[in-house]
Amino acid sequence: MKIKQLATVALTTLAVSAPVAADLVFPSLSYRTGPYAAGGTPVADGYADYFTLLNQRDGGIGGVMTSVPECETGYNTAKGVECYESTKGDGALVYMPLSTGITYQLIPKVTADDIPLVTTGYGRTSAANGAVFSHVFNFPANYWAGASRIINSIMDEAGGDISGKNIALVYHNSGYGKEPIPTLKALAEKHNFNLTLIPVDHPGQEQKSQWLQIRRERPDNIIMYGWGVMNQVALQEAANIRYPMDQMYGIWWSVTENDKLEGMGSHGYKGATFHNVGTDYPIFSDLQKYVVDAGLAAGDGSNVGTVLYNRGLYGAMLAAEAAKTAQAMFGVKDITSGQMRDAFEALDITAEVMAAAGMPNFGPAFKVSCANHGGPGLAGIQQWDGKAQEWKLIGDFEAPDMDVIAPLIKADSEAYAKENNITPRDC
Amino acid sequence: MFYRESGDFKKTYQDDSQTFPIKFDRRRYYVVMAIAFLVLPMFMTDYFANAMMIPFLVWAIAALGLNILVGYCGQLSLGTGGFMAVGAYATYKLMTSFPGMDMFSVVLLSGFVTALVGMIFGLPSLRIKGFYLAVATLAAQFFLVWLLNKVPWFYNYSASGQITAPERSIFGIIITGPHASPITGYLFCLILAVGLAWVARNLTRGRLGRSWMAIRDMDIAAEIIGVNPLMAKLSAFAVSSFFVGVAGSLFFSVYLGAAEVTEAFSINVSFAVLFMVIIGGLGSIFGSFVGAAFMVLMPVLLKNILVGGFGWPTDLAAHLEFIIVGALIVIFLIVEPHGLAQMARVLKEKLRLWPFPH
Repeated sequence: MKIKQLATVALTTLAVSAPVAADLVFPSLSYRTGPYAAGGTPVADGYADYFTLLNQRDGGIGGVMTSVPECETGYNTAKGVECYESTKGDGALVYMPLSTGITYQLIPKVTADDIPLVTTGYGRTSAANGAVFSHVFNFPANYWAGASRIINSIMDEAGGDISGKNIALVYHNSGYGKEPIPTLKALAEKHNFNLTLIPVDHPGQEQKSQWLQIRRERPDNIIMYGWGVMNQVALQEAANIRYPMDQMYGIWWSVTENDKLEGMGSHGYKGATFHNVGTDYPIFSDLQKYVVDAGLAAGDGSNVGTVLYNRGLYGAMLAAEAAKTAQAMFGVKDITSGQMRDAFEALDITAEVMAAAGMPNFGPAFKVSCANHGGPGLAGIQQWDGKAQEWKLIGDFEAPDMDVIAPLIKADSEAYAKENNITPRDC
Repeated sequence: MFYRESGDFKKTYQDDSQTFPIKFDRRRYYVVMAIAFLVLPMFMTDYFANAMMIPFLVWAIAALGLNILVGYCGQLSLGTGGFMAVGAYATYKLMTSFPGMDMFSVVLLSGFVTALVGMIFGLPSLRIKGFYLAVATLAAQFFLVWLLNKVPWFYNYSASGQITAPERSIFGIIITGPHASPITGYLFCLILAVGLAWVARNLTRGRLGRSWMAIRDMDIAAEIIGVNPLMAKLSAFAVSSFFVGVAGSLFFSVYLGAAEVTEAFSINVSFAVLFMVIIGGLGSIFGSFVGAAFMVLMPVLLKNILVGGFGWPTDLAAHLEFIIVGALIVIFLIVEPHGLAQMARVLKEKLRLWPFPH
């Protein structure tokens, strides 16, 4: 009897659990498990909470409720594909996979399925060339812009001349970590510094030999492209060899609340960022009122206001603004993924738009166009304050060295177009 | 009632030595083939093809390859991931260097390239055995992944070291790339899987297969009765690597579409395939398919029940998946240490006598 009842319940749940139609669907390919869960969880929470806020406060976007079906990828590309296949049929409007590996996998697939793929601050850098990558957007900044911004910051500190300096790149030995190498090589040639490449293999728990090499060579500066546990281990190793923290720079995935040492251990560690930090924005009071206090927060609700949570929030805000743009452009409420793509291409994030979303000056103002899917690439510099235990913005949002980056983007995207028989669009 | 042998007379030696000598078994096999080739493609959704059947077939080919080496020849190998990577990168280089080549040639040539590499790494097996050989092949895994990651020629000097499968076809039907229909991808993998299983079945019951099994059971005795250990072991490595290379090639070109060697072909892959072989059953063609089905389909099924059915949080479901699949592996191995194939064999024996066991 009992088993029969259980079976009936199970079958009914299976039967009725089909997704409710007529929602605006923003699938979240998240990772709350595995070695990168510490990074994946806050981003997924921020992404989900923003849409919950829109549903609770505004009744969705333009009167249509949103839904965020989640699918666990574990930062694994094969699982990412499975997640994409399982969610794309439900009317998915946009994908933000938060993994460079999964992004590479999805680029051809979303182009064929006419769904936009937005990779804020990660993914394939040359996707900034919208003529070749019609469905991929990587605004507001990409890895190459980040690398250039860090080099600019090092130059500023050295008084404008870094010729003869030794700079080491400690990177996650994957597609993600390798991304900045071409840019850094080009910059090394331009500014005459020596670049040492030091790869760290997944997941990055073991870095003794890498730091032994650093200890021997004593580079003037270290740039780190790490993710997950690799960041903490690297900081600990740096502290062990007494490497000065203020000469170390991380890309935005290496400078979060997770990436610090106890007390003053990592005081002075710097990093690039493409959005603002902290909770000093009107949206957070709304989040508290409508989402957290109502018990609707995603996850355990403990991540609100952290750097990565803000990044998820920021991505969701961009997606929601694009949905609004699409509704206005086409005059329909239930937009399709194709219309969403057109909206992303016409996206204009001004200071007013951000202020209206409750996030004034949260990121740089930018405008997307058919040719430029990457935005202006403005990036700021933040620094860890060991006393206050928080990140502080110390360098303004500045443009990277586009003279170096633009030809690299052109060359890499054209090579991709040639390999895959893509005729670049007229922009 | 089932597997009834009475009245099933064989008049020629050929009939007597066929793969499925019992009529019921043979018909069941034809029905499975008909369903796989004719019925499934008609009712298949994209998700079912892309996320379940294609990976199942690809892993089945890999498990078949490893089963030849471990199950039939008794040479323990942990280099499967590395050999799959060789297959995948050979495919990528062939696809980009010869855009006109059809996919069957690409996949089979990648298999031959892998067979060559596999033979080189099989050389130590002439001197070392058992766990020591496992360690030597483990070195192959790490070396191959390191090499494919280190030398930019293998990934055509792309910025991130990722390889992406361009669009390729056979007779005008697109097989790879984003515009390929999942059904054609499924059929392509199915043709290769069935063809390779047929090859494996016939190899293992022929002279070559018998020499492998002789080496597996007792290498000194085999040598005394005239089996050349060099030939037997190297041919096992070559055939096994060929299968694994084809699997890697399909894994990259048809299933994933893009890959990164450190992530897609890590040591976990080697272990996963070894588990498939052990759970499915060492030295069994059928076991390779069941083992792959268990390891590939079970997690997807659990995910769909827990998240899609019950609406549980995704992280909880992911953790439960690990627990349930892990527990099932332990239970299966306690109940039947010789794998699922042995379970099927026992069931068959029981069914032959059913309903009158005495």
